Amino acid sequence: MAYTAEKPPLTESSDDLRARIPGWGVDLDPADRPSVPRERFDPALSGAHWDFPERQPEKWPRERSIEHKFLTPVFGTSCPPRGVSGMMRKYAYKRFSEGRAAHWLILIAADRVDALGSHLRSFLTSRPDNPITETGLLSEFSHRGMSSRVGKKRADLVHQPLDAIIVGVPWVLAGRVAYGGVKGVVKVVGRSRRR
Amino acid sequence: MRAMVYRGAYKIRVEEKDIPPIEHPNDAIVRVTLAAICGSDLHLYHGMMPDTRIGMTFGHEFIGVVEKVGSSVQNLKPGDRVMVPFNVFCGSCYFCARGLYSNCHNVNPNATAVGGIYGYSHTCGGYDGGQSEFVRVPFADVGPSLIPEWMDDEDAVLLTDALATGYFGAQLGDIVEGDVVVVFGAGPVGLFAAKSAWLMGAGRVIVIDHLEYRLEKARTFAHAETYNFAEYDDIVVHMKRITDHLGTDVAIDAVGAEADGNFLQHVAAAKLKLQGGSPVALNWAIDSVRKGGTVSVIGAYGPIFSAVKFGDALNKGLTLRMNQCPVKRQWPRLFEHVRNGHLKPSDIVTHRFPLEDIAEAYYIFSAKLDGCIKPLIVPNAA
Ligand SMILES: NC(=O)c1ccc[n+]([C@@H]2O[C@H](COP(=O)([O-])OP(=O)(O)OC[C@H]3O[C@@H](n4cnc5c(N)ncnc54)[C@H](O)[C@@H]3O)[C@@H](O)[C@H]2O)c1
Ligand SMILES: [Zn+2]
Ligand SMILES: [Zn+2]
Repeated sequence: MAYTAEKPPLTESSDDLRARIPGWGVDLDPADRPSVPRERFDPALSGAHWDFPERQPEKWPRERSIEHKFLTPVFGTSCPPRGVSGMMRKYAYKRFSEGRAAHWLILIAADRVDALGSHLRSFLTSRPDNPITETGLLSEFSHRGMSSRVGKKRADLVHQPLDAIIVGVPWVLAGRVAYGGVKGVVKVVGRSRRR
Repeated sequence: MRAMVYRGAYKIRVEEKDIPPIEHPNDAIVRVTLAAICGSDLHLYHGMMPDTRIGMTFGHEFIGVVEKVGSSVQNLKPGDRVMVPFNVFCGSCYFCARGLYSNCHNVNPNATAVGGIYGYSHTCGGYDGGQSEFVRVPFADVGPSLIPEWMDDEDAVLLTDALATGYFGAQLGDIVEGDVVVVFGAGPVGLFAAKSAWLMGAGRVIVIDHLEYRLEKARTFAHAETYNFAEYDDIVVHMKRITDHLGTDVAIDAVGAEADGNFLQHVAAAKLKLQGGSPVALNWAIDSVRKGGTVSVIGAYGPIFSAVKFGDALNKGLTLRMNQCPVKRQWPRLFEHVRNGHLKPSDIVTHRFPLEDIAEAYYIFSAKLDGCIKPLIVPNAA
């Protein structure tokens, strides 16, 4: 008990546990575990045969944290920054360190701009975004959506409906932009007819 | 090649992409034979990780066959069957030289606080991931290992992250014989952490979640005592009650940024992105552990601040330990444990989807439908 000196006794002894649980205690010695000590200096262990890696060619100006001295010798080349979201990203990297909330908030905002822009652009392609196939929504029916939830004490049921709003917003916005566009075209056409 | 592609929060599809080229002399290109979706991928999928770009391919848990190697690669050749740790790391920087592979300084220009992770946004380096037919693997002489002859593919793919991370989480708890350990989260990582706690001599292992089917797995697979937090008005009080009001010696947070159990915290973090993560489980860990105890955090949080109860941690004299898992450092020991049967990671696999059905796979894993615990992805070219 917490109010007296002795630790509350366990219901099972180490011998009981060893008998019940396969492998119980095989890593009993805290000093003999893989990440102990936390830092162990052994540069040869990793298989690296360089002091500093050769540099990967930089094919476009690669954005980087201003907390780095230089562009790291190796980096990912997925999705170069583009458009308005790309400008926002470059600004966040150039202007604010990782220590600043602005750095991350601009990046998060750029993510939303990127998503909306890509969504709109997709309607000009042969493969527009599809709310059914891209969300995997139909698995509600093929994978027991109802029975996985009904009658279960699940804490996430209260907010799962919000997901639909997050998914739906870009379509609603895209719809409004498209509607505005169509209205504009109708007006222009109408005006030129009248002339 | 066919690859999973991010289209915005909750939206993904499979697209045709170019096979990645060799970008650096120590690169390899790997043809993926089996991949998995991780709880971490859900943070990306839900749009929570800053700098997640439209068009990126996710996936940091994968195994495959070497297709091509760069000019300086010595340890691998085309045709080798390899398993690849989720960390991208150079092996030679200050941190890698000390075994902190998940904290490599040479692979992520976008952030100094994070190392490199495959398919995990630009904040983790901007590398495309392995939920795809092919993937670029930097530092081929350092990261990948040959898959031992005797190892099953499904065990191998779980060793690239979930098992290594769960085991690492138990290790960060500095468990000694007879310790009472509570694990928050009965996902793949939490299940493996609970199981590993026994290997380190825990005297009692408790697992907390709100998904009954996962708690069931915690009882059968991880031999744990379980509680559904949704059934208690205040799970912290319950933890005190069942430990004679002492608290547990060790608490492990295997939930991370999207923790449930407090509507406002969850919505502020997971839906509105106003904090780096919902710290509900982390705060429960801080409040459940005894004074002087250790909290191990392997649940992932974003780089923005979160409302963590730091004062309680201070007043209780806690040790807080945490990191991304340095996967390769765990492997030699875990290979032994898998080989001699102490650990059978593939026991938690519940679903296998072809790459073409990956949108459904994410939906089911995210909404926790159909008893899903761990979904695997099988590329067409496998
Ligand atoms: N540190 C690392 O190296 C590393 C590696 C892999 C995964 N992770 C992180 O570990 C976490 C778990 O990963 P996973 O694959 O098991 O994910 P998962 O989503 O399958 O599991 C999370 C579990 O936590 C439960 N949960 C939610 N709120 C809870 C609460 N308040 N208390 C207790 N349980 C709660 C959920 O019901 C779910 O079962 C994620 O945050 C992931 O990003 C970290
Ligand atoms: Zn992961
Ligand atoms: Zn390094």
